[in-house]
Amino acid sequence: MTAGQTTSPAPDREVFDRDPRLDREPVASRFDLVREGFRRDGVEILHYEPRFQISGTKEEKRVVRLVAGCFLLTGLAALAFVAVYAFWPWEYQQGDVTDASKWYTPLLGITLGLAFLGIGFGIAIWAKKLLPEEIAVQDRHDGPSPDDERRLTSATLAQMGADTGIARRPLLKGALVAGLAPMGIAAVVPLGALLKDPHAGGDPLLHTGFDPALNDGKLVHLVHQDGEPVRPEDVSVGGQLTVFPGVPGGSTNKYADSPTLLIHLRAGDADQARRNALPTNEDAQWGNFVAYSKICTHVGCPASLYEQQTNKLLCPCHQSQFLITDNARPVFGPATRRLPQLPITVDEEGFFVAKSDYKVPVGPAFWERP
Amino acid sequence: MKRRTFDPKQIPTRAANEIDSRFQLARGLRAGLINKVFPDHWSFLLGEIALFSFILLLLTGTFLALFFDPSMEEVVYDGAFTPLRGVEMSKAYASSLDLSFEVRGGLVMRQMHHWAALLFLAAIFVHMFRIFFTGAFRKPRETNWLIGIVLLNLAFFEGFVGYSLPDDALSGTGLRIASGITLSVPLVGTWVHHALFGGEFPGTVVLPRFYILHVFLLPGLLVALIAAHIGLVFKQKHTQWPGPGRTEHNVVGYRMIPNYISKQASFNMIVFGLIALMSGLFQINPIWLFGPYKGEVVSSASQPDWYVMFMDGMIRLFPPWEIRAFGYTVPAAFFPAVLGLGLAITLVAIYPFLERRFTGDHGYHNLLQRPRDVPARTALGAAVIAFYMVNFLSGVNDVIADKFQISLNAMTWAGRIGVIVLPAAAYYATYRICLGLQQHDREVLAHGVETGVIRRLPNGQFIEVHQPLATPDEHGHGELEYAGAPVPKKMNRLGALVPAVKGFFVPVERPTEAPVSPAPKREEITAGSE
Repeated sequence: MTAGQTTSPAPDREVFDRDPRLDREPVASRFDLVREGFRRDGVEILHYEPRFQISGTKEEKRVVRLVAGCFLLTGLAALAFVAVYAFWPWEYQQGDVTDASKWYTPLLGITLGLAFLGIGFGIAIWAKKLLPEEIAVQDRHDGPSPDDERRLTSATLAQMGADTGIARRPLLKGALVAGLAPMGIAAVVPLGALLKDPHAGGDPLLHTGFDPALNDGKLVHLVHQDGEPVRPEDVSVGGQLTVFPGVPGGSTNKYADSPTLLIHLRAGDADQARRNALPTNEDAQWGNFVAYSKICTHVGCPASLYEQQTNKLLCPCHQSQFLITDNARPVFGPATRRLPQLPITVDEEGFFVAKSDYKVPVGPAFWERP
Repeated sequence: MKRRTFDPKQIPTRAANEIDSRFQLARGLRAGLINKVFPDHWSFLLGEIALFSFILLLLTGTFLALFFDPSMEEVVYDGAFTPLRGVEMSKAYASSLDLSFEVRGGLVMRQMHHWAALLFLAAIFVHMFRIFFTGAFRKPRETNWLIGIVLLNLAFFEGFVGYSLPDDALSGTGLRIASGITLSVPLVGTWVHHALFGGEFPGTVVLPRFYILHVFLLPGLLVALIAAHIGLVFKQKHTQWPGPGRTEHNVVGYRMIPNYISKQASFNMIVFGLIALMSGLFQINPIWLFGPYKGEVVSSASQPDWYVMFMDGMIRLFPPWEIRAFGYTVPAAFFPAVLGLGLAITLVAIYPFLERRFTGDHGYHNLLQRPRDVPARTALGAAVIAFYMVNFLSGVNDVIADKFQISLNAMTWAGRIGVIVLPAAAYYATYRICLGLQQHDREVLAHGVETGVIRRLPNGQFIEVHQPLATPDEHGHGELEYAGAPVPKKMNRLGALVPAVKGFFVPVERPTEAPVSPAPKREEITAGSE
């Protein structure tokens, strides 16, 4: 009760709210007031007792010291965090693992972690060992609202509807629908700015950087990552090389569908591959060299783990395996379609060129894929 | 005019008066917050782990956003990490490297953000299991179950989008798979893909778009729905385990303030502390080792973050089946990644309604069920977890094959068979275990707790003495009904254990009345039956 200490006149509300029981003589103790609060809030305290019946015992002091120790640990750790953050050498040094800067991140983590844990355990011990033990019970109120409330509210809602007269004025009803529906569409339609016709501009999903049309009609070189054209001597027998279209930016992600695996097969395997060639892959092979799209026909990871002994190409994402000597037929895993083969030859300067673009679309399939 | 004395001790009282005279908080604060009773059980704190991780995600994420640049413009790296100097990369990747190497404390913040994200999703899953297996989703809490499912989905996308932002080789590979899955959707796949990527994969707009999703739209939705989720728990009051004095119509526990709030605050700090320790000591997502994303780059052991591995496993296991008809294609990836996952989430979302339909139980339920008491539901949950785990492990089947020298193809086939067989086996085994546990509860209630005391009868027969839980009838049987609460099964639970003496070398406390406390008297168990 603070009424005696306030200098301002008591507000009017207090006159109505004051419960005479609270002012009874002798003055109600604080716990009596607390209990009255429980009663009003529907809480029943079944059990309430201090953790230490006699205060100031050794055990209590021990717990208090423990809690205090936790908070002090937080203080120390937080100061250490600040000190490490501000003064510890932090700039990255390549190589030297003994360098002090290598400890920067671990020290920040340890000091910050200890700071948090100190408060955490301090409060936990406080709550479990020092706060009075209590078991309280409170009523639940499940189920629907009281009947009268439901009736009052539904009548109010019905009145609200009647006030608008929407039922009696069909024109308004129609006009409202006719007005709001386009408004709803108008709210969504700006998202149309995101739409882009996937087939506009020559159906880019069907073309890669090896399309001569992108290179002023000239055949596109197979180039290294640095743009140098690839010669047959660059790939040893049984070896493989990732090649890119020799157009500006051909090895960047602008042509993410174009990376191609150029494989130098052993003579026997090359003959087998030639014999197996499907009509689409006729004459795609140059000598013992074959070039297959590196983009998996499953969901587009680069299928790039080439097993020389079995001539299988494995995609490390979902383990589809493609048999290179048989038109890159999928032999295991979730992929359903062959890797497209790039028809290649060597021009008069001795560099690999693509005779044309891939004959079938590269990469993952889609609904309208031809 | 009277000079007003200033008494600092009066400040809280005066402030409280000033506030209350404006907002009338006296009753609401007490009745609505301080005197609100919460039930207590460790499993009720699982959802809190998710909440606290989320708070840490907001804090660390704000720090990261001060330095991160989602632009996909190509730049040549010239930073502190020498092995990548001179390499072309996107600004997104370069700024992620800068965050790791050139922002003071940036690496620990990045690792905190990543660890907290992993923990966020893990906690959501474990929390959902708790809700499922204890029947906490039943009426009147179905709405909160649905909100929880939406939260799980949002968290999944928020996590994936964030994982994609650094634009390293691993996250780019994940993004490419997302692109392939988007393309696989019938009818609208290419249109949705081009709307998202602004053209062919990867284009130059997807990361800035993901960025605004990651830092604004998805977190905003998460904050709003988390507020609704917790608000409903507040409004509907928390469920509780059956136990002495606990009914469908009350809550037994302790009050919000000071007990509950203390435990919350302490748990919050402990979760923060563990994440901070992990972030300092355990490396996570070392993007500088992966290099920038390039369309042709990939490595073996390309795994997504753990919560995506389930989906990745499904895609790996699904057989090479696609539909080609009338000149149109439905690619193989569509079935597991879009159809399968969509169906799975829908089934989980409507489970409360399915269960209500099949059991015809339309009542209110505020008391939780022990998983053993609802064998069909528990077994179903176990089957779903088995299905999840087979797919999850198949998401790392290449690593398992490599480390344990198993054929990769054998791993895939084991997964394909396991995904069908193991859920059925898990269902059967769990169902039987539940029934066995139920039976044992009844047995203990009827016959009492095993004491470990063997008695030899005059006829030479040996029997174990049982401690009945209630006064037995003439057949030595108790009459206790099973009440859905744990049944004590060890003598220690009945108070047979001598109270521990506290103190390491010497007792901390001795009772004041006696200089040396006498050992509590042990009584031989005489009342007993076979």
